[in-house]
Amino acid sequence: MSTILLIEQVLNGLQSGVMLFLMAAGLTLIFGVMGLINLAHGSLYMVGAFAAAAVAGATGSFVLALIASLVAAAAAGAVVELTVIRRLYDRDHLDQVLATFALILIFSEGTRWIFGSFPLFLDIPDALAGPVMLPGGIQYPLYRLVIIGVGLVVAIGLFQLIARTRIGIRIRAGESDREMIAALGVDISKLYTIVFALGAALAGLAGALVGAIQSVQVGMGEPVLILAFVVIVIGGIGSIKGALVGALLVGLTDTLGGVLLPGFFATFMEPSAATAVGSSLASMSIYILMAGVLLFRPTGLYGGR
Amino acid sequence: MSRTGLINLALFAMLPLTAGAALMLDEPFIITLATKVAILALAGVGLNIALGLGGLVSLGHAAFFGIGGYAMGILASHAQSFVPLMETPFLIEGTRSMPVIWLVAVIAGALAALAIGALSLRTTGVYFIMITLAFGQMLYYFAISWPAYGGEDGLSIYVRNGFPGLNTLDPIQFFGIAFVILALALWGAGRLAASPFGLALSAARQNEARVETVGLSPYRLRLLAFVISGAVTALAGALFADLNRFVSPTMLSWQMSGEIMIFIILGGVGRLYGPVAGAALFILLEHVLGGLSDFWHVYLGLLLLLVVLFARGGIIGALAGREVAHD
Repeated sequence: MSTILLIEQVLNGLQSGVMLFLMAAGLTLIFGVMGLINLAHGSLYMVGAFAAAAVAGATGSFVLALIASLVAAAAAGAVVELTVIRRLYDRDHLDQVLATFALILIFSEGTRWIFGSFPLFLDIPDALAGPVMLPGGIQYPLYRLVIIGVGLVVAIGLFQLIARTRIGIRIRAGESDREMIAALGVDISKLYTIVFALGAALAGLAGALVGAIQSVQVGMGEPVLILAFVVIVIGGIGSIKGALVGALLVGLTDTLGGVLLPGFFATFMEPSAATAVGSSLASMSIYILMAGVLLFRPTGLYGGR
Repeated sequence: MSRTGLINLALFAMLPLTAGAALMLDEPFIITLATKVAILALAGVGLNIALGLGGLVSLGHAAFFGIGGYAMGILASHAQSFVPLMETPFLIEGTRSMPVIWLVAVIAGALAALAIGALSLRTTGVYFIMITLAFGQMLYYFAISWPAYGGEDGLSIYVRNGFPGLNTLDPIQFFGIAFVILALALWGAGRLAASPFGLALSAARQNEARVETVGLSPYRLRLLAFVISGAVTALAGALFADLNRFVSPTMLSWQMSGEIMIFIILGGVGRLYGPVAGAALFILLEHVLGGLSDFWHVYLGLLLLLVVLFARGGIIGALAGREVAHD
């Protein structure tokens, strides 16, 4: 295994980790503030990707496509919150799981109805296409580097938003005592709609950014959703910091496991068996990581409750 | 007899009556649909032991369903190719006998539920939901990436496995097998709910602290319930794979977990016969709506949303009115 390949894979792991963070941050905020488990978060990711692909196809502009993904996902999130999610806050988790599962069915089949079963393609803009030379003679796709950058900027912005702004203070207050801030005159249902739309917009952005690397298709959101669940279970539900650490851990484990494990088994097994064992173990590696974390910290790395 | 009792009796009689009528009218496809309902209802009965009785919202029961399916697929494929599963230290051969396959499926499902449950039950609430989901996905990806048994393509079995004294390829006889197992499972689940164990489990769902105070361990009660639940679901998986003569990672996917849960909700949570009503309605919708539109999942989603938001007792709740079964 050459060093260059290893560094490339570390960068790939960072890139998938950062995108996972965008998904997980919304999920963990929604859970932390509203106490809601939202399976339909993956659908909002898909909505963002489809909106971006449709707008990019019509206008040819990647920036407009990104804006469209944010707007479409936030709007879809707000509509869903106002019509369905709002009724679920006082219900038990079973009702939340089923209602949001129903939303997945509606979103997925609805999207298939509108766009058809064939995947759409979202092209990387020309300015960001092609590789870039990193120090040490490593060639790496510029677009993926930009994604890492965008993800980190959004992460910093989110931390600032939560820590410094008035809305952030309200979100944190809502997490710790919703009756009290309602009594203090904060419109709690408006706050919930805003938080849900914010989480949805982050998911939509992730969908659009990743959609340019992979294809945009129905069902693209669910694998990411489940990874995001693993992330917030590892990081601790409700903790944005936990979501960031968990997302990077999961991104790196998933990527590096797939590259390193088959090679590791090849050192003492015959090649075909090593590939089989290595790739199956690699596909399970993040779940093994999660089980390991849970053994020692049942509420996740940064989970207080 | 109470109204719920009458509804339960009607639901129970509905399956053999449908299958019998289909036999007279010579409609083997309808018999197969009735068999499918019976098998999926059995999976629902399994999940209901954990979900309805124990309050454990497991979103990973497809794992056990799929393990049952693969138990059948692996044993039957080895019997089909005459290659033993293992030669050292002792010889294990594949088999085509349903009772043996069921036994293996039940044991494998119980062991998997023991391992997954022991870890997952350390957590509660929303963590539990996500962790069971994640373990389910772990097995799903394992099945996809493990090439020995078909990987993503799954395993096909040419001939349905045999049951001593019966011709399982005859739809009505296979329906009989599935229906008798469902009846036994319903009877067993009813007895379980009324047993000291079932009452303690129900109590642990309602008030954990009190159960602990009287000296019972909620963790152990829940783990046992989870294991029984996994074993029953695995049995349903083995039958389902035999019905289709095919097993693939789809049986392990989380959509499958969601569907098994939908059977329970459509029928009514915490009702013994809820999964039977739910599975029947699901298959009916699949065929009625599926015939009208390729995108019938949209309507299924809307219906499910309406049931969750406005009709919380499901079908049985709507029919039986306010009278609550056991809760």
